[in-house]
Amino acid sequence: MSQMTNDGGSMVKRRHIVTKKTAPYIFLFPMIVLFAVFMIYPIIHSLLLSFQDFSGGVYTFCGIQNYVTLLQDPIFWKSLKNTFIYLIVQVPVMVVLSLLFGVLVEQAFLKCRAGFRIGIFLPSVTALVAYAIVFKLLFNTDFGLVNHMLQAMGFSGVDWLNTVWGARMAIIIAITWRWTGYNTIIVIAGLKNIPTELYESAEIDGASFWQKFLYITVPMVKSILLFVSITSTIGTLQLFDESFILTGGGPNNATITIGHYLYDTGFTYYKFGYAAALSYALVVIIGILSIIQFKVTKGGEE
Amino acid sequence: MKNVKTMPKVVTYVILIIAVLVSLFPFYFMFVSATNTNADILSAAPKLFFGSHAVENYKNLSDRLDLGRVLINSCILTFTYTVLSIFIHSMAGYALAKFEFKGKGIMFGIFMMTMMIPGQVMYVPLFTLMNKIGWANTYQAVILPGLAGAFGIFLMRQNMLSFPKSLIEAARIDGCGEFSIFFKIVMPTMKPALGALAIYMFMSMWNSFMWPLIILGTKSMYNFPVALSMLNGVAWRKDYGVIMLATVFAVLPILMIFLIFQKQFIAGVMGGAVKE
Repeated sequence: MSQMTNDGGSMVKRRHIVTKKTAPYIFLFPMIVLFAVFMIYPIIHSLLLSFQDFSGGVYTFCGIQNYVTLLQDPIFWKSLKNTFIYLIVQVPVMVVLSLLFGVLVEQAFLKCRAGFRIGIFLPSVTALVAYAIVFKLLFNTDFGLVNHMLQAMGFSGVDWLNTVWGARMAIIIAITWRWTGYNTIIVIAGLKNIPTELYESAEIDGASFWQKFLYITVPMVKSILLFVSITSTIGTLQLFDESFILTGGGPNNATITIGHYLYDTGFTYYKFGYAAALSYALVVIIGILSIIQFKVTKGGEE
Repeated sequence: MKNVKTMPKVVTYVILIIAVLVSLFPFYFMFVSATNTNADILSAAPKLFFGSHAVENYKNLSDRLDLGRVLINSCILTFTYTVLSIFIHSMAGYALAKFEFKGKGIMFGIFMMTMMIPGQVMYVPLFTLMNKIGWANTYQAVILPGLAGAFGIFLMRQNMLSFPKSLIEAARIDGCGEFSIFFKIVMPTMKPALGALAIYMFMSMWNSFMWPLIILGTKSMYNFPVALSMLNGVAWRKDYGVIMLATVFAVLPILMIFLIFQKQFIAGVMGGAVKE
């Protein structure tokens, strides 16, 4: 009995503090603390650091010197160029493959649909480090399986990881393997939203597979394809693991990514100010690309 | 669809079977190589079937890597991260979806904006901060910054938007406190969304590499990705059978969890694409 009155008492007390008005702040409180300390503070601090020079354990204000250096840094330009090569080659290939696999997996006559879906999705659950190590072995010039297969088919082997374009191709193939299944699932989510009546009426009108694909499927999943392109672009700009493990950024920085260069400057050479400037260059690039893509998206919706 | 001709059907199957084979082959290769010797893997005709050196590779791996320790580290990091995320992100998402309060719009706007900012921007200040407060090389240094990301809030808010407001109001009239409404009514009905969030968080922490590589300094703290990269980075006595066995250990748990919860996994990925 006393237990009950106690409970009731604390309930009444508690309700003075946790009301409909205060509740949202209380629910948000842990997140706000985390966010302020581990997100807002570092973002601002990073911006401040990018105007400072760190040497001998001391920070000194150096104005925009880091950004000036950045613009004249050949490795920065190389990392930027590499990242854009990955973007331009890999994102379109992956988007097309995702759409193709998505459409095929959703065909009504298909048996074992779940099996195909799982099989295609499986690469996207593996750790980037683990798959990069496996691919490094597969692409090995002298004893890698890819070259063995090429030679068995009568081609000559490629010196994958030690030549500029070989190493870039290896990275592009690896990323495509890792992410296509993931994006296929997103495309399937979009395909499921297309009303089946559209296809049925098109069939009555005698539309072919290609006509249905071009005039119904593609327009209906346009926004999902844009979503896939945007997330893939942002992901590609932040690539690190593949460059770090698969190619080590080599040969001669031909595959180094912005993220990998940032790691080297910041945590191998401890040039904190310069690394901060590099990271803000990345923010600016993502911002510009997002604005472009946002405009394209708006155009697509009209 | 009844009168689909045989030819397109065959082409569909052929393309999909090739896609699945390409997807699965690296896994097969990894498992097979983990049971073969270094010499088998590096031979002119690499072995593509299971060998008998798994035990020997395991012994050699144990010499180079404290496998149990790495497994414990990865489990502690992933488990804590996922559980904290379920509470913190769903509470924040609930507040943003179901309450009207001052500063809500601005707060949501700031959360969303930070989703565009790459984590790499934070690493230098976070590294300095963690060293200053003596958290370098600790579990919390790996876990907490990841939780500050807004993706979890976004996912939960999107899912909570459709939760019927009348249910919450009815509970209030019945004298239910705000906390009991959330924990006893909202949370249980949101189970599928929470499952999707949990799987997403589990996957990202189990596989996370760059930040742990920066902040974890001693071998006894390494998670699987960092330990793997160290094992692979050693040029001396490099044994691919041993390295492949280590990747098997890193990939197998998540592979098994995926196969058990594959529906939720796929729902989680699809949910991440849900638009406003």
